[in-house]
Amino acid sequence: MSPVEITTSRLNQHVDPVLTVWAWEIPVYLFVGGLIAGMMIIAGLNMLRLAKGERSEDFNSVQSPILGFLLLNIGMVALFLDLSYKLHVYRLFMAFKPLSPMSWGSWILILVYPVLISSSLIRLPQAWPWLGERIPIVQRLSEALTTRTRVIKILGYANVVLGICLGIYTGILLSTMVARPLWNSAILGPLFLVSGLSTAAAAIHLVSSITPGSPSPSGFLGGALAALVQPLGANPPGPGTQNSLVRADQIFLSVELVLIGLLLVGLLSGSASQVAAVDILMSGKYAVLLWAGVIALGILTPLLLQALQLSDRIRHTIIPAILVLAGGLALRWVVVGAGHASRMVAAGGM
Amino acid sequence: MPRFGMVIDTKKCVGCMDCVVACQTENDVPQGFAKDWLVTEVTGTFPDLSMEIRSERCHQCDNPPCVYVCPTGASHIEDWGKTVQITEDKCIGCKACLAACPYGARFTHPDGYADKCTFCIHRVKEDLDPACVSVCPTHCMHFGDLDDAESPVNKLLNSRESHVVLPEAGTKPRVHYLK
Ligand code: SF4
Ligand code: SF4
Repeated sequence: MSPVEITTSRLNQHVDPVLTVWAWEIPVYLFVGGLIAGMMIIAGLNMLRLAKGERSEDFNSVQSPILGFLLLNIGMVALFLDLSYKLHVYRLFMAFKPLSPMSWGSWILILVYPVLISSSLIRLPQAWPWLGERIPIVQRLSEALTTRTRVIKILGYANVVLGICLGIYTGILLSTMVARPLWNSAILGPLFLVSGLSTAAAAIHLVSSITPGSPSPSGFLGGALAALVQPLGANPPGPGTQNSLVRADQIFLSVELVLIGLLLVGLLSGSASQVAAVDILMSGKYAVLLWAGVIALGILTPLLLQALQLSDRIRHTIIPAILVLAGGLALRWVVVGAGHASRMVAAGGM
Repeated sequence: MPRFGMVIDTKKCVGCMDCVVACQTENDVPQGFAKDWLVTEVTGTFPDLSMEIRSERCHQCDNPPCVYVCPTGASHIEDWGKTVQITEDKCIGCKACLAACPYGARFTHPDGYADKCTFCIHRVKEDLDPACVSVCPTHCMHFGDLDDAESPVNKLLNSRESHVVLPEAGTKPRVHYLK
């Protein structure tokens, strides 16, 4: 028998009538985490090429760990702001719980920090000459790194492996929650990873296009900013580098589209609760955000613009990159929000 | 070692909410929150309708997702009684357990930590029933050891048809409702 009516006397804050435990902080963290993960993978792959002796000027991402480090701090602040028992945050690092993806995540983040910092050192004195001159140890560390291919190789692998872990875990974190049918999909991990890669390619493209051709400032503040927004250092990226990033982004976006399709098909062929959860994505505010924001503006439009750019039918602009970044954030927003609203429904009543 | 559970007779429950009030008093539940609550479920097709009133709370699941997702070990299964408890001091307020519980049994206490029904374990340790069980005017709630074949709760379960809430969640809840 199916229920005709269910009424409850409970009205707990942030639990009823629908769960609303995570506000903007968590989608922002998941977005930033994915972005850093993607940048680490791209930078790591280029570090491996660097270690093989390829020309480093062509790699517009080897400097992205500096930006990644800044973003990581933003992500950590967002995570911290979300906690409702903030003073106890240290408790995260007093236990490792193998069944809790949130626990893996906190340890992954701890490992990401030193890898990003060491990777930043490869280019930091070049990108921010002020720092290299004032603090000679930075210069010396950078030299020590760049002259040792073995170290670059290890750093390259560390970036790729940790990037994959960071990118996937953000999805697994949600997918293990049995109570939220919309999240109960193994696709969520790979989807967040690929979306992270697409936003990373877009971000590197965006920052390396901001100040092309102009010599970067080298003072204290100007140099610091330039180090963040000019991943190529003093030289603007060549058109070949730009195109390779755009091409990579096209692959990531296409895979992302397929994964979103698979996620929906998987849910629609899943349990009664999962089928009911898809409804949340078919009408209402999350439907608009998913279909118009994520799919039309965040994936299809950039794919089209990028194709026109690559075939030289329109000029290169930063518009597709901005759209991809906004789409990546919208994806996290939809998945977190709609997942909150999804709940288990009784299959057969009492 | 006991494995505590509850058996609630829905045929006797009149929905008076005494259990809710008793819990709020006993456990100092902050205003605006509830560790136990009543659900009224009407099923069937008119005119063949039937109604069940259930006093619900944390189901003290044998397979508790809230414990698995907890990154700090604040949510844990106690050895004695096998109840799911929260160590306030270890909780960081990440709210993963709130999202993981299919029953919405948890909430964030205004002080910041995750909170929920404890089966009044402080009373049980003193050989008393949980507050909700002890005040029920119709005596429809029974508390006891589900691992003891001779316990009154098991005898009731064996003598009547019963169900649990959302069995499809796979959490193996330990609050049983007699039909
Ligand atoms: S009812 Fe919810 S809070 Fe209680 S043990 Fe089960 S999953 Fe955990
Ligand atoms: S809110 Fe507290 S009890 Fe719940 S999962 Fe987070 S740390 Fe554990």
